[in-house]
Amino acid sequence: MSSIKKSVSKLFLATVGMFLFGFALVPIYDVFCEITGLNGKVTGPTFSEYEDIGNREIKITFTTTNNNGMPWFFDSDRSQMKVKTGEQNLMSYVFTNTTDKPMIAQAIPSVSPGKGAQYFHKTECFCFEQQYLEPGESISIPLKFVIDPDLPADISSLALGYTLFDITKDQMTKQASN
Amino acid sequence: MSAVIEGHQDDHHHGPAKGITRWLYTTNHKDIGSLYLWFSFIMLFIGGAMAMVIRAELFEPGSQIVSPEFYNQMVTNHGLIMVFGVIMPAFVGLANWLIPMQIGAPDMALPRLNNLSFWILPAAFGVLLATFFMEGGAPNFGWTFYAPLSTEYAPPTVTYFIFAVHIMGASSIMGSINVITTILNMRAPGMTLMKMPLFVWSWLITAYLLIAVMPVLAGAVTMMLMDIHFGTSFFKAGGGGDPVLFQHIFWFFGHPEVYIMILPAFGIVSHIIETFSRKPIFGYDSMVYAIASIALLSFVVWAHHMFTVGMPIAGELFFMYSTMLIAIPTGVKVFNWLSTMFKGSLTFETPMLFAIAFVALFTIGGLSGLMLAIAPADFQYHDTYFVVAHFHYVLVPGALFSIIAAVYYWLPKWTGYMYDEFMGKTHFWLSFVSVNLTFFPMHFVGLAGMPRRIPDYAMQFADYNMIVSVGAFLFGLSQLLFLYVVLKAIFYGKKATGQVWEGAQGLEWTLDSPPAYHTFETPPNLEAGEAKG
Ligand code: HEM
Ligand SMILES: [Cu+2]
Repeated sequence: MSSIKKSVSKLFLATVGMFLFGFALVPIYDVFCEITGLNGKVTGPTFSEYEDIGNREIKITFTTTNNNGMPWFFDSDRSQMKVKTGEQNLMSYVFTNTTDKPMIAQAIPSVSPGKGAQYFHKTECFCFEQQYLEPGESISIPLKFVIDPDLPADISSLALGYTLFDITKDQMTKQASN
Repeated sequence: MSAVIEGHQDDHHHGPAKGITRWLYTTNHKDIGSLYLWFSFIMLFIGGAMAMVIRAELFEPGSQIVSPEFYNQMVTNHGLIMVFGVIMPAFVGLANWLIPMQIGAPDMALPRLNNLSFWILPAAFGVLLATFFMEGGAPNFGWTFYAPLSTEYAPPTVTYFIFAVHIMGASSIMGSINVITTILNMRAPGMTLMKMPLFVWSWLITAYLLIAVMPVLAGAVTMMLMDIHFGTSFFKAGGGGDPVLFQHIFWFFGHPEVYIMILPAFGIVSHIIETFSRKPIFGYDSMVYAIASIALLSFVVWAHHMFTVGMPIAGELFFMYSTMLIAIPTGVKVFNWLSTMFKGSLTFETPMLFAIAFVALFTIGGLSGLMLAIAPADFQYHDTYFVVAHFHYVLVPGALFSIIAAVYYWLPKWTGYMYDEFMGKTHFWLSFVSVNLTFFPMHFVGLAGMPRRIPDYAMQFADYNMIVSVGAFLFGLSQLLFLYVVLKAIFYGKKATGQVWEGAQGLEWTLDSPPAYHTFETPPNLEAGEAKG
């Protein structure tokens, strides 16, 4: 009989372990994406001074998209610019709440090709914050970034895309459940 | 030797309780096996009815009889029911009936848990089906329930769906713990692992797969629940999560899951082919190793379902080659079945017909799988009817045919009555023709670009779709004939002998037909010459 008990408790532990493993996949996935640049995920704010700035010229394309049903106006000042590796650059984005209700939004960046994502350093970015806008309010926010001189030689242009999400409802539920 | 067993049973003979309580409270593996099998049979007709609605809608292009919203609910619930309500419970039912008898054990190791595993299953499907009558309608996001379709854009009933999936998962996990514990601890003396019947082997490995991946599925639906109700952002891009993560987690479960639905079939077909070839299975050891390696490989191929999400090239290549690797052990099995039949004294009773059809048609599904495994080609095939053709070939003339074959093969043992051979063969030929009529043309429309999961389609696909629908109606009707054959055997069948099939090997055939309510209360003596299965 006790051998049966032993089997059951081992298998039960394995079940619990695999349940936890399912959740562990979330951070594993994030780490994996960061290493491989999968999905063009971009890391948090970094600031670096480069000794050897390389002096290559890179073309940057800026795109903005509104997620399904998001009514705000959202665009960058320019859609393209040429930058030098290792130098600080500035671009600015306009957000307008076109509705008659206060709303909260969050812009999520993505860099392509994915392989270049880890060389796209943002030193100041609205993507680290949520935007709260009153009805009709409009703001312009700067984005500061540096392109790493180590950017692989086969990449001569990068695209930075932002998708704007309406997270008003999520913020409400979060506050409600706190 | 069987006389010794029966003599012993008479000492403490007690039969089943009477009435409905027999079924509610039963802890007997044979009763529970029957419950699972009947449950699965009923769900087959419910899921089948949904397939008929789908095929009626697709009979002609244009919007015919149901709304697109209801069509999506049909597709979703058809898939969920067939996977979790038909194929899996049927295999668990077979495991309950057969494993104790094949290893010479008196019952399953955990009989009360066994009762619970079964009875929560009708509850889960009751909840799922009840969503049809709730506000917002039943789940409509496909059986793969990709986020955000199943989170941000889901009908409110998604919460009931999550609850139902949790219960189904719990049922499978408890069932698997029971199977493994039984096999590891309760084999008759002398039955070493490498002497176990192949059905037992296939279920042992399947149960490990279930324990490895059902909890991950439970985790995935729990994350959905939290995203929907508690403001977390596992899969919400707006909150820093990632919908692609859902697909990784789902397919980490999902791919082993598709092997869960085929490994027991490998065991069944091996038994049937050796019986009607009157030869022991060719390459027993390699059969075991093939099942084990398929199971191990199934953990590293999941992203072949997501070639198009935008993976790095190294990822595409890894998942492409690892997927192709699975074809090797699968091929080993197919060749072993063919070698078993080679120069055997073959007869073609109904179970054998279904088993041979399994080998042939499952292989077609494996070949289309190989085509899908080629990443660049999959960019074209993905989300078309070609994928639908692929997985229906492995699941219908694959998994389902193996279950039907098993029912024909063991029904005389379970009930003590033979089925009508002529009717059985009629059922086979109708099923064989109609299953190909249904699923083969799907390859063509898929390659021509017809997307899956749509209620309407372009004119150029009309002819093939009409053929497919006719085949589907015929296949549906043929399964009513199956029900008739089973009922006829139970009520009017001729008495079956204990041996039933001339060439059958294995402990279950040493018992009477039907076997006593309690069997092998003292283990059989294998050294005294009982062969392995
Ligand atoms: C030689 C073996 C196999 C190979 C190489 C293979 C390969 C694949 C690939 C690459 C896909 C993804 C296609 C796409 O979505 O674009 C797929 C889908 C699928 N396969 Fe297989 N497969 C094999 C065997 C099986 C077996 C044995 C089963 C089940 C018994 C199965 C069930 C499925 C299912 C259900 C799907 C579709 C899931 C969905 O998107 O709804 N496959 N297969
Ligand atoms: Cu797969």
